[in-house]
Amino acid sequence: MDASKPLPDTACKLSAADLNFYYGSFQALKGISMEIFANQVTAFIGPSGCGKSTFLRTLNRMNETIRGSLAEGKILLDGVNILEQEVAYVRRRVGMVFQRSNPFPKSIFDNIAYGPRINGTVPNRAALREKVEQSLHRAALWDEVKDKLNQSAYGLSGGQQQRLCIARALAVDPEVLLLDEPCSALDPIATAKIEDLIFQLKDSCTIVIVTHNMQQAARVADHTGFFLLGRLIEFDSTAVIFKNPAKKETEDYVTGRFG
Amino acid sequence: MADLHTLRRKTINAVMLGVTGLCTLLAAGTLVFILGYLFVHGASSLTLDFFTKLPTPVGESGGGMANAIVGSGKLLLLAMGVGVPIGFLGGVYLAEFGGTTFSFVIRYVTDLLNGVPSIVIGIFAYTLIVLPQKHFSTLAGGLGLGVMMIPIAVRSSEEFLRAVPNSLREGAMALGASKARSILTVVIPAAKNGIMTGIMLNLARVAGETAPLLFTSFGNRYWSPGWEQPISALPVMIFTYAISPYEDWHKQAWAAGFVLLTLVLIVNIFARAVLSSKKHVAR
Repeated sequence: MDASKPLPDTACKLSAADLNFYYGSFQALKGISMEIFANQVTAFIGPSGCGKSTFLRTLNRMNETIRGSLAEGKILLDGVNILEQEVAYVRRRVGMVFQRSNPFPKSIFDNIAYGPRINGTVPNRAALREKVEQSLHRAALWDEVKDKLNQSAYGLSGGQQQRLCIARALAVDPEVLLLDEPCSALDPIATAKIEDLIFQLKDSCTIVIVTHNMQQAARVADHTGFFLLGRLIEFDSTAVIFKNPAKKETEDYVTGRFG
Repeated sequence: MADLHTLRRKTINAVMLGVTGLCTLLAAGTLVFILGYLFVHGASSLTLDFFTKLPTPVGESGGGMANAIVGSGKLLLLAMGVGVPIGFLGGVYLAEFGGTTFSFVIRYVTDLLNGVPSIVIGIFAYTLIVLPQKHFSTLAGGLGLGVMMIPIAVRSSEEFLRAVPNSLREGAMALGASKARSILTVVIPAAKNGIMTGIMLNLARVAGETAPLLFTSFGNRYWSPGWEQPISALPVMIFTYAISPYEDWHKQAWAAGFVLLTLVLIVNIFARAVLSSKKHVAR
């Protein structure tokens, strides 16, 4: 299971050690151990219900909002177990973008400003404006929205809304960004823009992406993990997973024999 | 044979369409009829005096219901002070924090409270405030109307909060907001228009209540300063004037009915406008 070898020039940013996760009596994750490397893109693939999204959502403890859920084991962020830290602090450091874009019913500006405002990370209005502009630049959305910052976020297209959500997450300066099938509701052009964005963002943060689209994993990820029935079957560099996987299940899945 | 079948089918269709259409007309027409009837009978009393003068003593013609209009306003203000915070916060609890069993019980109890006859609510306010104080008061009337507002305020607030997609709560919490913070800054603002509409409709409903006021605020032929004295209200005035033996009082009762119904209609229409005027519409 631990076929992953850190590439020489990367450090481990986030890791899971023997992680089990339960929804009530159903065990959704079984003994997951893996290392996610700093400033790299890590993709999780696998059939529906394999636990990849559940695992992603334990990495910033979003799954705790579900009644009757329980995480066992350790998730280490820079070596410290986040399961024992204050949850808001964890979520500020590990941001998340969801499958369906979920802008707040507020203006574009207020959407981006939400995180800095509630976390009190900007001292004044000018700094907030700067933060909003910077975040929109980072999400490659500034040029499209700079003239309508006070308009409703719902006036944007689906792809723009998803980039708005990425900008909103970036405004809190997360060290890790979790993307849960961010392109599943988008057309190919909007998808390509998000993928370009992922390339640009990995300089400044560590990215973990869940995707149903194997070509997408092959395009954007440095490392890929294959999940099946709550277990991490294989985790390696993307090239190995797609061209020369060690496990038969992995090979069957990436060659399209099941899933 | 086939033709007979078709004829039968078409006849039934025509008859049913006619019946349903007629019932629709009757339902909508009732309101128009009531408004028109009130206007025809009350128009002669609808003068500026009606809105600015106190009632005149028996036998003296003229006068108005200024005190009752202001009184209804004060009573509704008090009712909102009781019903809105309790109802709204109760709705927040049910929508955002409630478990399954306890919430079920609360919902059931609020539905029961909604079904309690308004006269019984009046007795409740009478026992709670009038009896210990040994006098009728604005306070007691406001409490009675406020209690009447609670169940609908709870349920409408809950429904509109529930209609806010869960993805918004998750989005806020993923940015480091606590649950309470996400409710305050995202969920409630998203449901604000709906909640306000619910409150306005609720207010319009209790504005016409008479029974809870009969032995709480009682009625008053003069101004009622402060909150401790009996106070006049439009529905109670309509009741008192309509059962009186005086012709000009009857006319004033019609006029008061017209004014009350018009105010309720205006609030209703305004509430619908607020609900449909969403600046940022969620899908």
